[in-house]
Amino acid sequence: MNRIPTKLKEDKKLLSIYFTAGYPSLDDTTTIIQNLEKSGVDMIEIGLPFSDPLADGPTIQASSTQALKNGMTTEVLFDQLKDIRKTVSIPLIIMGYFNPMLQYGVEDFCKKCQEIGIDGLIIPDLPVDVYHEQYKAIFEKYGIINVFLITPQTSMERIHFIDSISNGFIYMVSSASVTGSSSGFGEEQTNYFKRIADMQLNNPQVIGFGISNNETFIQATAHAKGAIIGSAFIKHLTNKGVSQIDSFVKNILN
Amino acid sequence: MNYNINEKGYYGEFGGAYIPEMLYPNVEELRQNYLKVMAEPEFQKEFNQLLKDYVGRPSPLYFAKRLSKKYNTKVYLKREDLNHTGAHKINNTIGQILMAKRLGKHRIIAETGAGQHGVATATVCALMGLECIVYMGEIDIARQAPNVARMKMLGATVVPALSGSRTLKDATNEAIRDWINNPVDTHYIIGSVVGPHPYPDMVARFQAVVSEEIQWQLQEHEGKTNPDYVVACVGGGSNAAGAYYHFLENTDVKLIAIEAAGLGVDSGESAATSVLGKEGIIHGSKTLLMQTNDGQITEPYSISAGLDYPGVGPMHAHLYKTGRAEFIAITDDQAMNAGLELCKLEGIIPAIESSHALAVFEQKKFQPEDVVVLSLSGRGDKDLQNYIDYFKF
Repeated sequence: MNRIPTKLKEDKKLLSIYFTAGYPSLDDTTTIIQNLEKSGVDMIEIGLPFSDPLADGPTIQASSTQALKNGMTTEVLFDQLKDIRKTVSIPLIIMGYFNPMLQYGVEDFCKKCQEIGIDGLIIPDLPVDVYHEQYKAIFEKYGIINVFLITPQTSMERIHFIDSISNGFIYMVSSASVTGSSSGFGEEQTNYFKRIADMQLNNPQVIGFGISNNETFIQATAHAKGAIIGSAFIKHLTNKGVSQIDSFVKNILN
Repeated sequence: MNYNINEKGYYGEFGGAYIPEMLYPNVEELRQNYLKVMAEPEFQKEFNQLLKDYVGRPSPLYFAKRLSKKYNTKVYLKREDLNHTGAHKINNTIGQILMAKRLGKHRIIAETGAGQHGVATATVCALMGLECIVYMGEIDIARQAPNVARMKMLGATVVPALSGSRTLKDATNEAIRDWINNPVDTHYIIGSVVGPHPYPDMVARFQAVVSEEIQWQLQEHEGKTNPDYVVACVGGGSNAAGAYYHFLENTDVKLIAIEAAGLGVDSGESAATSVLGKEGIIHGSKTLLMQTNDGQITEPYSISAGLDYPGVGPMHAHLYKTGRAEFIAITDDQAMNAGLELCKLEGIIPAIESSHALAVFEQKKFQPEDVVVLSLSGRGDKDLQNYIDYFKF
């Protein structure tokens, strides 16, 4: 049973945290995941680093470059995660760019995710239509939920299409930006959050990009099921290492 | 067999638009409009007028008598080096700046490696009075100072790409990020037949003026429109796409693509994408690219800054896969010597990119009656320092 729908049914606002696997050190992956769960995080996005992360800003790109230098690969990540379900029960999602998955083999990748207990994938540069035509059947065969992004520029028609082929949640990009760009949400973004909430989509929405603290977490979750933090957490890891994850999460939630 | 693009934006299995959702509205707007805009008589008129009066087209198709004699075949050079700004790049930037204006964009961004496309973009922005931001790898900025100065003189802002390997592919990433952050008022002028659909097709169509001219010019010289061979160097592939365009479906015309072997295809310092690349996704396009087994994009090497791109346009990936074009890899040494030979035999100093194409004559034997058209894509002024360093002049 996939853990994402179960988690989405919980009567609370969800905090999802992104980190780049292999950063700060190659072997931090399981420690970070375990500490995040212990700190009360609801979902985790494990970033599979890529040499050319087009949708990410400087913070995540720098962490990806370092992770690759540290020796992170798809094989290494899967090996690090092989026993993760012995200690961790919250939903785990791998977020990465399409080329490394294509080289691993999309079916092999999904199969491996199922074996490990990965619940979903977020692949920013795999377009919805290509997924729909070529890969949907594979994802479904292995019970992997694919999460799609929408932005303030996404048309209503396209949002409905994305909603119709989603079976977990919709990742709402808060503004026209790469990751780690903005600070605080203005009226324009709040209106966008409300507009999407009013569409009464089948899939709940989780907002990402530009969320970095308690204030932006509350603003985002006022109109959505949850929020995702990435760059701010990477910065925390850069400054404080993996030992003070608890204090980072507490600051967001309170 | 169809060698041009299909209605879904693919050349065979290559192409498409593998882009983040944040880019979808920009790319979709372009996809829906580019053919319509290009077909407008007013657009055609303005485009052709500028190519004639500003770029200096048609570029000559020159029968290279001494080169022909040496290799005992008939060699014609398509003189893109005589264009304003010194290369074929301007054909595309003229087209795209007119496209950007039709789409109501007033801010232009571009990526550049050696700086040729950056200069061509800064030039047309000055011509049209539009804001111009050029992303260039920090390392390339250091080694291409004259072109950085040219762009600045033309009014462009040159932004260093500080991420990744700090070269062309990273400059491209930064330009794409800028476009994500500025989805409404900005047009991204990509410099080659790469990137998400419709870019490869749009750029190929703007460069197609090259093969269109070859047809009627050859008619004047030889009494026939079709050469036996068309030879062009391929980095991303825009000059080759332009030189091949009107001959793609005519298999009597043999196509030869010259890639940069760098220090040698097996040396680890090469940019021969067709040999070293595998199918994958780079900059929004499914194509052949140089990458690790794990799917990380690797850094190519060539003495020519215009040929060291880790991917190749999807059209060329398809031409390679189907065998429509013959791909030949030329090393730094072979290219430099072929470039110097053209200087001595014909009094033309070619860009090092074009020197790679010229090296075909040492690698492949043509028949005396063969008509070989070679795309002399750029002039060598920008490469003078490289020639000096290499030959110790």
